[in-house]
Amino acid sequence: MTAPDAPTIEVDGLRTHFFTKAGVVKAVDGVSLSVRRGEILGLVGESGSGKSITGFSILGLVDPPGRIVGGAIRFNGVDLATLDGEALRRLRGDRIAMIFQDPMMTLNPVLRVDTQMIEAVTAHRSIGRTEARDLAAAALAEVGIASPERRLAAYPHELSGGMRQRVAIAIAFINKPDLVIADEPTTALDVTIQAQILYEAQKLCRTRQTAMIWITHDLAIVSSLADRIAVMYAGRVVEDGATADVVGRPLHPYTQGLIGSVPSANRRGQRLTQIPGMTPSLLDIGPGCAFRNRCPRAGDDCAADPAVLTVAPARAVRCVRPLLGVGA
Amino acid sequence: MSSAKPDGATTPAAAVETPLRRFASDYLESPVAAAGLAILVVILLLALLAPLIAPQNPYNLAEVDVMDSRLPPGSESMAGLKFWLGTDGAGRDLLSAMLYGLRISIFVGVMSCLVAMAIGASIGLVAAYAGGRTETLIMRIVDIQLSFPAILLALMLIAVLGKGVDKIIIALVAVQWGYYARTVRGTALVERRKDYVEAARCLGLSHARIVFHHILPNCLPPLIVVATVQAAHAIALEATLSFLGVGLPPTEPSLGLLISNGFEYVLSGKYWISTFPGLVLLATIMAINLVGDQLRDVLNPRLRR
Repeated sequence: MTAPDAPTIEVDGLRTHFFTKAGVVKAVDGVSLSVRRGEILGLVGESGSGKSITGFSILGLVDPPGRIVGGAIRFNGVDLATLDGEALRRLRGDRIAMIFQDPMMTLNPVLRVDTQMIEAVTAHRSIGRTEARDLAAAALAEVGIASPERRLAAYPHELSGGMRQRVAIAIAFINKPDLVIADEPTTALDVTIQAQILYEAQKLCRTRQTAMIWITHDLAIVSSLADRIAVMYAGRVVEDGATADVVGRPLHPYTQGLIGSVPSANRRGQRLTQIPGMTPSLLDIGPGCAFRNRCPRAGDDCAADPAVLTVAPARAVRCVRPLLGVGA
Repeated sequence: MSSAKPDGATTPAAAVETPLRRFASDYLESPVAAAGLAILVVILLLALLAPLIAPQNPYNLAEVDVMDSRLPPGSESMAGLKFWLGTDGAGRDLLSAMLYGLRISIFVGVMSCLVAMAIGASIGLVAAYAGGRTETLIMRIVDIQLSFPAILLALMLIAVLGKGVDKIIIALVAVQWGYYARTVRGTALVERRKDYVEAARCLGLSHARIVFHHILPNCLPPLIVVATVQAAHAIALEATLSFLGVGLPPTEPSLGLLISNGFEYVLSGKYWISTFPGLVLLATIMAINLVGDQLRDVLNPRLRR
């Protein structure tokens, strides 16, 4: 196979565009990231920054009018663009799994839990139903569900939200995938349940040595979960680095703005800083830094496309006026 | 609706209120609908058990005597058989002929309904799932089919195909599949945008599996309602075709053919030959429609109290 420290997934200059009647929406425009085994990458960004589309691009599930127009996605060293639809289908759910945001919606309401879990197994392995059911029970026990046999016979509406998300995680991990993409899986849950779900996902990721991409808009969540963080803005990764570095010493003004708007990062009584303006429409994005209209440090040189500046190994920022020497 | 399984026994909490139980109690809330269901069950039993309960086998020419033709209700045959509802123009015991006719009518209605549902639902699902040009093409064909008057299309097909139970079922299927296709496509369009479909795709399930195992069960409630309405419609349509003399062979009369056999005698006072089959036909169609209406109310989430 591949070398032990080679990345499980390597996305290089990925560009996914949507060809709508109003024009070309550059949802993902040059995203590069890589995740190794047992590593959790937090992909952070506002709504519409392209983080979910990055996830779907990796799975090969970008629906028309969307299309991957450039870049490469290498999974275990294999370029996914060279695979046909059937090979990609076999990869999905087996080697690459996905966890979604709303557990109320991602389980089929009319099928029992065991039916859906057994299906996830038998779609990829030729084993009997009883054997698959045993696997399903074991997977449920592993995500902390008590009396898995009873839960297997339940319909999704008989389970609580947290329980359903546990089931969804169990389904994602049931085939021992190499990569799990989690698309804001805790957003729809109570804070207390959130913590439990984060714990279960992190535990599974570490023990199974699974690579994980945790997509979220909540910097607070990934700062306690992820090993590395990639911050996305308007379809691009603007900053990338180890969690402590990105949260502790942000280089990009946008990251700094994000951190400043997290309540716990500020002292009591102090005003929360906010980023002025809104995410630009991805339709009419011109050349230059997409953040410059909202950026407190913007200048004339920001009208040119900022190059990726590699500050240190595995520490990069896409900004012409990075916050070097600030903070620390 | 596949929840009528013994899993209720393993989860005590679910045994109190399974979806099926709630469905049953919701349904029986209306006494009219309950009566409709009761009538329908009786009619189905009568049709099913016709060979056992009918005093005479109206298809067996050895048992039928032309000399007994058009006897009024309550008269007796030469052999001493009592004709409770009289006899028809061929000397058949009307009660027996009706029981057997009901059997044919319901068989034709249910069969054509099932086949049309299978074909229509599959086509509708494929259209909704595929989208794009495939969907447009399929749905325009459905539009064309539904723009024809059903009876006209059925008449034309029977004229080409000829008589017989199988031929009439083919004609009825051809007339009705479009309703199912349209209904299912509408529901499936909503369902296929839901996250569980995306999740199923992420699990690497095949398209066929997603369409028929994940989306189809979620489209069943409206499908069931349309099926009941269309079953009643199919029975009425078959009766109409038989009445017009193009449906079934006269040796094995359905309800429609019995009505048609008797209507020329109505004015001469021999009312029973047309009236009794007509009443049974009316009761059957009404009962099915009552059941269908209540199903529509119970299964419609927007009308949930």
